[in-house]
Amino acid sequence: MTMVAPAPPSSPLGRLRWALADGWTVTRRDIIHWIRQPVALIVNLAFSVMLVLVFGYLFGGAMSVPGGGNYREFLLPGMLVLMMFFSLESTIMAITEDKSKGVTDRFRSMPMSPSAVVLGRATADMLMSVITLVALVACGLAVDWKINRGIGLALAAFGLMLLLRFALLWLGIYLGLMLPNPESVAAVQILVWPLGFLTSVYAPPETMPNWLGTIAEWNPLSSTVSAVRELFGNPGIGGDSWIAQHSILMAVLWPVLITVVFFPLAVRRYQRLSR
Amino acid sequence: MVDQPAVLAEGLIKSYGEKRALDGFDLSVAPGSVHGLLGPNGAGKTTAVRILATLLRLDGGRAEVAGLDVARQPALVRAKIGLVGQSAAVDEVLSGRQNLEMFGRLYHLGPAVARRRADELLDYFGLADTGSKAVKSYSGGMRRRLDLAAGMILRPAVLFLDEPTTGLDPRGRNEVWEAMRALVAAGTTVLLTTQYLDEADQLADRISVIDTGKVIAEGPPSQLKSTIGGDRIEVVLRTPAHLETVVGIVAKVATGEVESIVDDRTVSAPVSDRVAALTEVVRALSDAGIEAEDISLRRPTLDEVFLQLTGHRAEKKEEVAA
Repeated sequence: MTMVAPAPPSSPLGRLRWALADGWTVTRRDIIHWIRQPVALIVNLAFSVMLVLVFGYLFGGAMSVPGGGNYREFLLPGMLVLMMFFSLESTIMAITEDKSKGVTDRFRSMPMSPSAVVLGRATADMLMSVITLVALVACGLAVDWKINRGIGLALAAFGLMLLLRFALLWLGIYLGLMLPNPESVAAVQILVWPLGFLTSVYAPPETMPNWLGTIAEWNPLSSTVSAVRELFGNPGIGGDSWIAQHSILMAVLWPVLITVVFFPLAVRRYQRLSR
Repeated sequence: MVDQPAVLAEGLIKSYGEKRALDGFDLSVAPGSVHGLLGPNGAGKTTAVRILATLLRLDGGRAEVAGLDVARQPALVRAKIGLVGQSAAVDEVLSGRQNLEMFGRLYHLGPAVARRRADELLDYFGLADTGSKAVKSYSGGMRRRLDLAAGMILRPAVLFLDEPTTGLDPRGRNEVWEAMRALVAAGTTVLLTTQYLDEADQLADRISVIDTGKVIAEGPPSQLKSTIGGDRIEVVLRTPAHLETVVGIVAKVATGEVESIVDDRTVSAPVSDRVAALTEVVRALSDAGIEAEDISLRRPTLDEVFLQLTGHRAEKKEEVAA
């Protein structure tokens, strides 16, 4: 049996075909992870569901939504966005682990498409985000969360959340390439969690001290949360500040800004591996 | 073309800021041979391999692998090489077979061919029974063998092995050595880096000794060993009183310079015929009525090799000056 690698394609179309085929092979690696470790996948999803239940029922009774409305209906859009944000950690972890174990070097020493590593990571993480959203939406519908403004706007809301996830992908890849080893990911978690809580996810910024409310309002997550609440027709939108009034615009602008900054940084960092 | 080296490096230079990791590194590896790159941590072994495997850009010099320029044709070089790094670069969750299939697909083998090749390699490296188990459950030796298998998917023209047994227990090391011998028998050109003298000795046809980014000695293991003296005899005395006499005794059997350390009451020297040297020294000591605390034969440590090699160079310079 001959074992000759085909020559690398010279045409742009051929390179694209390699990138897509190799990217899919890399994505499939993650899918095999989910199939081989269903427990890890379920625990991950159960964690998100548990957060919804804990905040919805444990604290929900004591919370009031400005302008009235059900707290769980207020909470769920926030939780969906929060899960998009927390999955940043899994991107960082995957990148750092591959780098420190030499898997990234093995990929780089192979005649595969150079962009496939990132493309495969991106596809796998986006797929996982869709699965997370589906699980949380199912849980939400069970605790009387509702889509009030029709399926079209609801799809737009999901689009905005995945846009945020897409932007965080590049931040995650950049940070993952920066960190020396998987152990140091814990340090990033310490920064990630406050950022996740300092938002309009659990409580409306109007109810916070002025300065804290302003920070929470300008947190990119809050823009997506507010926009998604508006598109689902859930309670809790409002606020008089400019940023609160333009949440849908900002829910597009923030992710675009994050991508514009961190996509080139991530690419540069990856190329610097050969320095 | 027959004589074209499989790996060629001429005056490679690689700097990290002020520090020169490679400083005029030269190497030529004949096709079908095993070349050992021997040196301590930080000597530049890994940097050299990473440049040759297209993972690092070089700052100066020229490198060719399988007749292809590493800097100008990295994509073509990658189709000709296999790389096995210092840690097992395989997916822990995937099974051994799934790992090999994935890498096979990334080498652009069709699904059926990739599967067949994975089975072939599992067989070849003695992993057929555990091929369906997650790599997490593998021993260190098994992981490295899977790592070797992944490097062999395309039957590469050149296989780079960067410290393939570092961190393994003796059993794991033996497993990897066996696997490497099989590869070598099949005619693969191998560039092997190692910190272990006996590993290079066991596996390599030729050895380059590297220190501070330069090759300081090159040749077949037998030649290098005779240069550095192979085994050493070491005599530890009870008192330093008779040190000079003992130096004289040891000098009679030594094949190189005799070293004596007064504070440690130790005299040592390279010898070629182990048993004869030991017998001779023991008899001479007892004839002279000198009591030794310990007499031993041992292989030189890497430190001693370097001391010896740099020592020889200095001596040669002095000869020229004189």
